[in-house]
Amino acid sequence: MTDEPLPDLGVRPATSTSGYARGSSLPSHIGDPIVKIEGLHKYFGSNHVLRGLDLEVRQREAVMIIGRSGSGKTTLLRCINFLEEPSAGTIEVDGVRLEADPLHSRSRAFQERVRQIRLRAGMLFQEFNLFPHMSVLGNCIEAPTRVLGLPQDKAVERAEYYLEVVGLGEKRDEYPSRLSGGQKQRVAIARALCMEPKVLLFDEPTSALDPELIGEVLRVMEDLAHAGTTMIVVTHEMHFAREAADRVVFMESGVVIEQGPPEQVLDNPKHAETTHFLRRFLDQ
Amino acid sequence: MSYASGGGAHAQSQGMVDHSIVGQITAAQNAARLRFRLTFVAVWIAIIVGIGVALAAANAWDWEFALESGPVIVLQGAGITVLISVASIVGATILAIMGALGRISTNPILYAIASFYVSLIRGTPLIAQIYIIYFALPQLDIVIPAIPAGILALSLNYGAYMTEIFRAGIQAVPRGQREAAGALGMRQAHIMRRIVLPQAIRIVTPAIGNEFIAMLKDSALLSTISVHETLFLAQRLGRSSFEPITALLIAAIVYWILTIVFSIFQERLEKRMARSDR
Repeated sequence: MTDEPLPDLGVRPATSTSGYARGSSLPSHIGDPIVKIEGLHKYFGSNHVLRGLDLEVRQREAVMIIGRSGSGKTTLLRCINFLEEPSAGTIEVDGVRLEADPLHSRSRAFQERVRQIRLRAGMLFQEFNLFPHMSVLGNCIEAPTRVLGLPQDKAVERAEYYLEVVGLGEKRDEYPSRLSGGQKQRVAIARALCMEPKVLLFDEPTSALDPELIGEVLRVMEDLAHAGTTMIVVTHEMHFAREAADRVVFMESGVVIEQGPPEQVLDNPKHAETTHFLRRFLDQ
Repeated sequence: MSYASGGGAHAQSQGMVDHSIVGQITAAQNAARLRFRLTFVAVWIAIIVGIGVALAAANAWDWEFALESGPVIVLQGAGITVLISVASIVGATILAIMGALGRISTNPILYAIASFYVSLIRGTPLIAQIYIIYFALPQLDIVIPAIPAGILALSLNYGAYMTEIFRAGIQAVPRGQREAAGALGMRQAHIMRRIVLPQAIRIVTPAIGNEFIAMLKDSALLSTISVHETLFLAQRLGRSSFEPITALLIAAIVYWILTIVFSIFQERLEKRMARSDR
């Protein structure tokens, strides 16, 4: 991994054209499945938040998850990299398969599998969660040097590259406290990209931002999506979903109700719940 | 603006503000602030002069002794006091970090050991701990010289109190920090050492400053095991020359000035850290 040249973010030719979800036609840039979620259940106490959810995400696919608050979107995303421990079900990311085992999840072997999944799935948070005691560059090279074992100069080179990708190359020596919310989230995206994960998980990345700062973050995300970055995004930004999504997934009560290309789900939903949600949402 | 009737006397009509009022208010506020400060200083000087006059009237203060033995108390005594306090705060901080990690550990053995340490030390008097280390341990053929024994006692004692400070500091670091670090693939030890502890230490720095100032004064207890610190020297020199009032007052002033100096230092440090924060 360390000797590979910096990857270009350009669109690559598809390696497979096997069936898209639910038999609809598969856009040419979409590849093989890379994230598989099977029979995912999550209880918070007696609250059954995820109820046997199945979802598959393919390489270079941008999947946007929508649904009302409390439908389990965020919990689903957090279960993928075990920030939330699934109660039952199986998660597979880039060939690392892990079946939920809440009774034995503290074991070293299990935690190492979790870490292997996390190395493959970068996470972006609502609250950015930059490390305030480290510079922008420090945030970006901490994990590559100390987790991946990249040499300092390689890590810096990589960080500078991805900071350029998010348009913040000149901020490398600033501390997070000196950045706007939009800049913080873009640094967080660069920090995640520096680990060169197979998939990016976005948990409502613009919900904590002032309205005028949302655009710059969505623009970066849209560029990434168009460049073929695999991503799963929990969002309330319907316009963004329409522009950037390969597939929109509507969730309700802990299961997927409906999914498909954005124009289908957003404009011609098949299910009454979807219609109801969209109508209420668009009325606001 | 005034609501007085007979408007002819007032220059400004409705809707217009006389802007010189702003300057007048600021000037009045500054004058009030200055008056407060001057009064403050005057009262302090009055109290100090009053004490001085009382001492002179009672013929209690001996300038000859003060000039002869004072420098010894101030230079040697204060030097040892500061040295012991600095060494002990370092020891206490190390113990407190280990104690705090134990107190937040999910490992029952580590948790039990850390809890026992905190409970035992906080449940017994510091002077008893000093005596046990210096007077009781030799019975088991463990002989520790006075200064190391004193540093050990203060470190153990303050480490226990500071354990709770560090535990609170670690828990005050937002949960999202650990999650973000974990999501980047960092292991628990790495997260603690590189992400959580540096932030926790910033959070608890003001509290450590307070502990240090308290320790400066508690180090006087080591005079009981003949550590040659400020109070010990004052007591010995005062007793041998029959001038306990002068000697002990000098010692008290030394502690007082030390705490003032470190309070100012701590205030500066806090301000600097607040500036560089988020």
